[in-house]
Amino acid sequence: MRSVAVIGASLAGLYAARALRDQGFDGTLTIVGSERHRPYDRPPLSKEFLAGRMTEADLALETDDEDLAAEWRLGVRASGLDPRDRRVLLADGTSIAADGVVVATGATARTLPGDSPTLEGVHTLRTLDDASALRADLVPGRRLVVIGAGFIGAEVASTACELGLGVTIVETAPAPLARALGGEMGTALGALHEERGVGLICGVAVQALTGGDRVDGVLLADGQRLDADVVLVGIGARPEIGWLEGSGVELGDGVLCDSGGGTSLPGVVAVGDCAAWFDPGLGRHHRVEHWTGAVQRPAAATATLLSGGSAPAPPQAPPYLWSDQYGMRIQFAGHTLPGDTVTVEEGDVAARSFLAVYRREDRPVAVLGVDQVRQFTRWRRRLATVNTG
Amino acid sequence: MIPACPLAALPRGEAFRLDTVEPPIAVFHTDDGELYAVDDTCTHQDASLADGWLEGCEVECPLHASRFDLRTGEVDAPPAKLPVRTHGVVVEDGTVYVVPSDLPPNLPPGARARTA
Repeated sequence: MRSVAVIGASLAGLYAARALRDQGFDGTLTIVGSERHRPYDRPPLSKEFLAGRMTEADLALETDDEDLAAEWRLGVRASGLDPRDRRVLLADGTSIAADGVVVATGATARTLPGDSPTLEGVHTLRTLDDASALRADLVPGRRLVVIGAGFIGAEVASTACELGLGVTIVETAPAPLARALGGEMGTALGALHEERGVGLICGVAVQALTGGDRVDGVLLADGQRLDADVVLVGIGARPEIGWLEGSGVELGDGVLCDSGGGTSLPGVVAVGDCAAWFDPGLGRHHRVEHWTGAVQRPAAATATLLSGGSAPAPPQAPPYLWSDQYGMRIQFAGHTLPGDTVTVEEGDVAARSFLAVYRREDRPVAVLGVDQVRQFTRWRRRLATVNTG
Repeated sequence: MIPACPLAALPRGEAFRLDTVEPPIAVFHTDDGELYAVDDTCTHQDASLADGWLEGCEVECPLHASRFDLRTGEVDAPPAKLPVRTHGVVVEDGTVYVVPSDLPPNLPPGARARTA
């Protein structure tokens, strides 16, 4: 393999480029990024960066002396893939033919259906530019309505509360984070908001945003109207895979991959938020939208690419995520499904410091920690052993 | 020299967080019986290395899995980019003492006490 194009210059793309070099690939390496920025770390965008405690320079993922001997094409989007010679077409009219392609184009924040794009003060949060725009709008004393009580929404609510805004969260589901953590723990974490004076309205959909040039309110399906100076729409992300349509790469909810990152097209692998790897434990393709997946999987995908698909797929570590809210550290590892039992094994939910273990037929499948980092670390290890060993 | 804890209270495979100093220091007792001390705060983002996973002479950060060599403080695995500062350790009369480094620490950007 003499040339590889990595499409996507965020966490997964950078780790794929590093893995290629680590695994001995010494050919031409091109890295394409749709944003103009060098690779940066996204998790602080809703936390330390938004609060003003971290700068853009602090977000850099590359070390000062790092040299991947790559050609960087930043600020240009991929628009297509011609499978005949694996030629990646770029939005500026140029193209890159490569022996191998790593798809790492990530995901795009979902917007409200029928959302008026011209209403000022309405934000999504995915990129550094998004975060800078939101940060400029989070002026103390303003009223922020967060639509969606997922991790991004909860973290922005926490940061905005710290910055002195009045905050209300609106969530369509009956409890926050119910799909990720189950209803019981979702409700427990939802209480964190209310304790800090952040409003939480669950089980109600958003009907419309109101305002002239600038947003001034959020109209809910039950007729309630919330005043708003700033709105954050945090309702998830969709995989950025439209550019692969018609290429022969099989798509579903993400780029469909085997358990080693290989796609249906030889010489093309996919990693990060855009990739749905086959998960043998779940028996289906599953898109992992977590930082840890974007760090851990590229090395397996590049091994697949460089070996032509013969490298054995490595055992997959349980998905892991963390979230910092109101000074508390929330960590979760594994998968939970409705019907799993949840037991608090350390601490106390009421004291906001606890560790809860999720079990299915007596087998531990997931663990949640709130300010229980040491115990969580041990359980996370144990989970990896139980479910792969 | 700062007293940390009785040696008997720090079994092999365990860590002790000395939080009476600023920034706090983590003391590790490896499975091989060696004692090492480094700054407790990961150089990448705010997390306590004493809460991390100790394996051989290496500790893995509990938040993002950066790994540091406890003997030198060097980064063995990213995302951390800067080494963690190391300190001396002395055991006298069954007590573990830390000999703090004179060098400046590599604290992460945006670090703060998480107890609001």
